[in-house]
Amino acid sequence: MRTLKFLLQKEFRQIFRDSGILRIIFILPVIQLLILPWAADYEIKNIKLAVVDHDHSDYSRQLINKVTASGYFILTDYTSFYDDAMRQIEHDKADLILEIPMSFEKDLVKEDKAKLFLAVNAINGVKAGLGSAYLRSIIQDYNGEVRLNWIQFPRFNPETNIEVVSSNWFNPLMNYKFFMVPGILVLLLTMVGSNLTAINIVKEKEIGTIEQINVTPIKKYHFVLGKLIPFWALGLLVFSIGFTIAWLVYGIVPAGSLLTIYFFAAIYLLAVLGLGLLISTYANNQQQSMLISFFIMMVFVLLGGLYTSIDSMPGWAKIITKFNPVSYFIEVIRMVVLKGSGLSDIKYQLLTIFGFAVVLNSWAVINYRKRS
Amino acid sequence: MSSTSNKNILNTPPTGGERGTVIKADKLTKRFGDFTAVDQISFEVNKGEIFGFLGANGAGKTTAMRMLCGLSLPTSGTGRVAGFDVYKENEKIKRNIGYMSQKFSLYEDLTVKENIRFYAGIYGKSDKFIKDKTEFILKQLHMENEADKLVKALPLGWRQKLAFSVAIFHEPQIVFLDEPTGGVDPVTRREFWSMIYQAAESGITIFVTTHYMDEAEYCSRVSIMVDGRIDALDTPSQLKKSYQAKSMDEVFLKLARKAARSESNPTKTA
Ligand SMILES: Nc1ncnc2c1ncn2[C@@H]1O[C@H](COP(=O)(O)OP(=O)(O)O)[C@@H](O)[C@H]1O
Ligand SMILES: [Mg+2]
Repeated sequence: MRTLKFLLQKEFRQIFRDSGILRIIFILPVIQLLILPWAADYEIKNIKLAVVDHDHSDYSRQLINKVTASGYFILTDYTSFYDDAMRQIEHDKADLILEIPMSFEKDLVKEDKAKLFLAVNAINGVKAGLGSAYLRSIIQDYNGEVRLNWIQFPRFNPETNIEVVSSNWFNPLMNYKFFMVPGILVLLLTMVGSNLTAINIVKEKEIGTIEQINVTPIKKYHFVLGKLIPFWALGLLVFSIGFTIAWLVYGIVPAGSLLTIYFFAAIYLLAVLGLGLLISTYANNQQQSMLISFFIMMVFVLLGGLYTSIDSMPGWAKIITKFNPVSYFIEVIRMVVLKGSGLSDIKYQLLTIFGFAVVLNSWAVINYRKRS
Repeated sequence: MSSTSNKNILNTPPTGGERGTVIKADKLTKRFGDFTAVDQISFEVNKGEIFGFLGANGAGKTTAMRMLCGLSLPTSGTGRVAGFDVYKENEKIKRNIGYMSQKFSLYEDLTVKENIRFYAGIYGKSDKFIKDKTEFILKQLHMENEADKLVKALPLGWRQKLAFSVAIFHEPQIVFLDEPTGGVDPVTRREFWSMIYQAAESGITIFVTTHYMDEAEYCSRVSIMVDGRIDALDTPSQLKKSYQAKSMDEVFLKLARKAARSESNPTKTA
């Protein structure tokens, strides 16, 4: 315990004297949260949609009306042939295809159930991904309306269900920033957490102080805790700054409990710091550490579900997202911020992330050697 | 900056010897891949001795020292330090030694006092011990006014003396010094050696590497390493006698002429 006290004291002193770290903690969240959401925002309003309507029913027309009335979509094609719509995508004239099957109305009326198909133009993944998320939300909405209309008729099962692809996405205001900002916050926390830890330890390797520590009788877990605790606190600080900005600038207030988010973030940070620790045991200098971090972050960002919805990813990519802690937190933070989910709704993600934390930290501790 | 000790004349190094062996290496070897950095070195160091470990750059001094300190796992051979086995009891060894690495290893962004406190603290010293001894050491180093300055603001010679004080702050049995005077001016070097003498007098065994041959004269015994092997080991005066040399420098040149490792043979380029 006493050893840990000395380690923590030293670490916090160094952190508060390092203008580089302080800059990262205070300026990075501001820049990321102020610029990134706007930078990707401008074209999201004019999503080009091609509709393939095999049904030509009242319901299908109602749905299309509702979609175009939202103001987010431009109907570029209305056809009965999927190939026509596909050609639009190929020539980049459409970002999204919505296919309404032949039996849409019939299924909806008779079986309270209907299927719709979505295809996205993967070339402009951000736009199409968001577009499909918007579209889903509109369809959910429409689904609700249909249900309301039918509720007056006593039916055996008044629940209708238009199934698209199962999606937890729920953003009634359809505010893009409500969707993006929490996700960016997660990336921020991930980057700061893993990078700062890795760089910090690798720096001690470079200047040789780690050898001086390794020659003392200090226990491995003391050393590891001495690094984890400060950066854990730092991570939560960055996260809080980020959340404050999200509230001040974008008016984002979680629909659910802030406590739920912090609880998840606290566990999540353990996993992310474990990753940083692990990187530091492999990297010999700061360049190597940056390179490894950069590579991992790239995969994390691309396959994290921030820009591209995981549902629209190919099977192999979906499998990778299962090993990506970022994807869990992005899902969770959106659930809590947008839907108001509570602890019991996120227990699967919580357990998984806890598992990540245990594996990454154990791996790092085993791999950290006091003797070469 | 004034001297660290009123005892500036370095004449007779302590002999140690009669009080037992504290380091014992037998055919200790370290290979990196198929390169043998340390090649079957065998020697003993007696308690209270100043044992000089000489050799050109790349001879294998640092690697040998790291094995003895429990920082590097030997490839073969045996070794005992402070009575503990270098393979299995390396963490026990660490409780009994101090180490000053070739790289400067105090934290430059911590103050003099904070560095002392940190290292003493992780060796498990009590607050009272730390406080009292810090005062004593700062006085001894004439650094009372620098106590709250960041280490990066200190000149190199001061830093090295401070690093040495930190390495023996927890009062180890043995201290390993890896080229402690590298790049330091001659006056400070002399002061540094008088600190080493003081430590030796207080009973700490000194294991020191250097490539300054004049420093070899200050040691109780020296070993000379060439290409990973120990080619000579004796007291400085005995070595000069057997190699018919006037100085340690000459002894060294006679030995180094045989060196195969390019960087360890300065005479080839001359
Ligand atoms: N980790 C390592 N991997 C490979 N070679 C090494 C390693 N450490 C040292 N060496 C090599 O071993 C030899 C001895 O190095 P070292 O012990 O540092 O010599 P000295 O301290 O006498 O200058 C050098 O040729 C060096 O390049
Ligand atoms: Mg060396």
